[in-house]
Amino acid sequence: MSLALRSLGPALAVPAAALLAFELWFAATGRVSDTIAPPSQAFWRLAAGLADGSIVAMTVETLAATLAGLAVGGGLGLAAGSVLALTRRADMTARYVVEMLRAIPSIALLPLALLIFGFGYRMEIFVVAFATFWPVLILSHSAVLAVEPRLIDVSRMLGFGPLSTLSKIVLPAAAPRLATALRLASGIALVVAVTCEITANPQGLGNGLMRAQESLQPALMWAVLLWIGVIGYTANRALLAMERRLFAHRSDVDTSVAA
Amino acid sequence: MTSAITLDDVGIVLGGLRILEGISLDVRPGEFLVVVGASGSGKTTLLRLIAGLSRPTQGRILVGGEPVAGPSRKVAIVFQDYGRALLPWRTAAGNVALALESVGTPRAERADRVAALLAKVGLARHADKYPSQLSGGMQQRLQIARALAQGGWVLLMDEPFGALDALTRQGLQDEVLRIAAETGLTVVFITHDLEEALYLGDRVVLLGSHPGRIEQTAAVDLPRPRNQLGTREDPRFLALRRELFGHFAGHAA
Repeated sequence: MSLALRSLGPALAVPAAALLAFELWFAATGRVSDTIAPPSQAFWRLAAGLADGSIVAMTVETLAATLAGLAVGGGLGLAAGSVLALTRRADMTARYVVEMLRAIPSIALLPLALLIFGFGYRMEIFVVAFATFWPVLILSHSAVLAVEPRLIDVSRMLGFGPLSTLSKIVLPAAAPRLATALRLASGIALVVAVTCEITANPQGLGNGLMRAQESLQPALMWAVLLWIGVIGYTANRALLAMERRLFAHRSDVDTSVAA
Repeated sequence: MTSAITLDDVGIVLGGLRILEGISLDVRPGEFLVVVGASGSGKTTLLRLIAGLSRPTQGRILVGGEPVAGPSRKVAIVFQDYGRALLPWRTAAGNVALALESVGTPRAERADRVAALLAKVGLARHADKYPSQLSGGMQQRLQIARALAQGGWVLLMDEPFGALDALTRQGLQDEVLRIAAETGLTVVFITHDLEEALYLGDRVVLLGSHPGRIEQTAAVDLPRPRNQLGTREDPRFLALRRELFGHFAGHAA
């Protein structure tokens, strides 16, 4: 922790110095640009957008689609991954289908999603769900396979059926790896949601970014970009802190290096 | 009197390898039977067969007069690798409660039963600790408490003290003898340590290797309760040790 605090200073000093230099260069040259804005204007525009609610509204749209897509894709991926790991026959049958389907870039499904769902939340949720389903399936599959076989022996000796074994032994044992899968998938979900909004769906932060660019408002564009970064960073830190807290006492999890 | 456990010409072939062959054995109710064998003698496999975790490819196994078709509540097992057999996300109390959850003990009764079992193995003050916060010896005590919670009458122990230091091991040997005497459990205990076998058992079975088969059976006619100093210095203990050691060493080489 102290190491993290000590490295925080230098880590922040470099970008701060760069921003300051950038700001001074703008002030010195008096330059006006359609593509870049002085950092102070971007920060100011972000504060204004948060205050008047316009950026908040976009954020709500993007986060709603991100979370809904993550819930659908992550939930189905977790269920499918667990079932495949627990049933050898299904695993062999599904392997090639999984390998083929997960190779499709999720964004390539945008035209299809547009045809089926039109503009709005549903198509974005669909694409986010597709994008998160595969990594969560693969990670939860390996998480369940990695459950200590001795614990399955214990479960059998105690006479637990398949459902109790799953809920009392397998899922808790796999929980740390499943949490990591959730964290990785949440990053993917945000990226895909914003990409959907940039390329097709007229809502959310991605669309806000496009409109700022089209209406030649570089300060707004930089403000939204910065804001997306803040959201992604915060979500990752929050999930990481949750993992450390939940699994702090577990000898089978090394929480000190979870990153 | 019927036998608690009967093995009738039991053999098992795993992956083309003959692990056990022609094992015939009767364990009396309440008996403390110790199986001694070098590594590779198939002693863990023997225990898994009695537990119903594996099926024999030859012969039959009866527990309480009934053929073993799979794991049963009657039979509890304490594994050697306590670090893997305990649930790291549950406290000591939670690990014991797991065995009660599977029998459907009412929630209200569980806490009292768990507390009593933890007290029985000397872990009363550690109920809220996680396995990672307990020493190896304490983790093994916890596994014994969970096995007792299962409420069976056969206790299988697979080299339970093999990974512990000598002092802890002796303390736990006495603890297991005390628990066995109090509960009247039928115990099948596996070890590679001949002295441990003689100290604990009513009867000792020597298992030869490749394939594992019974080399010799010896009744251990030593008074109970046993004592770490007195029993180990008893002339009969030393005589048995001398007799079996020759046999053991001759085949382990």
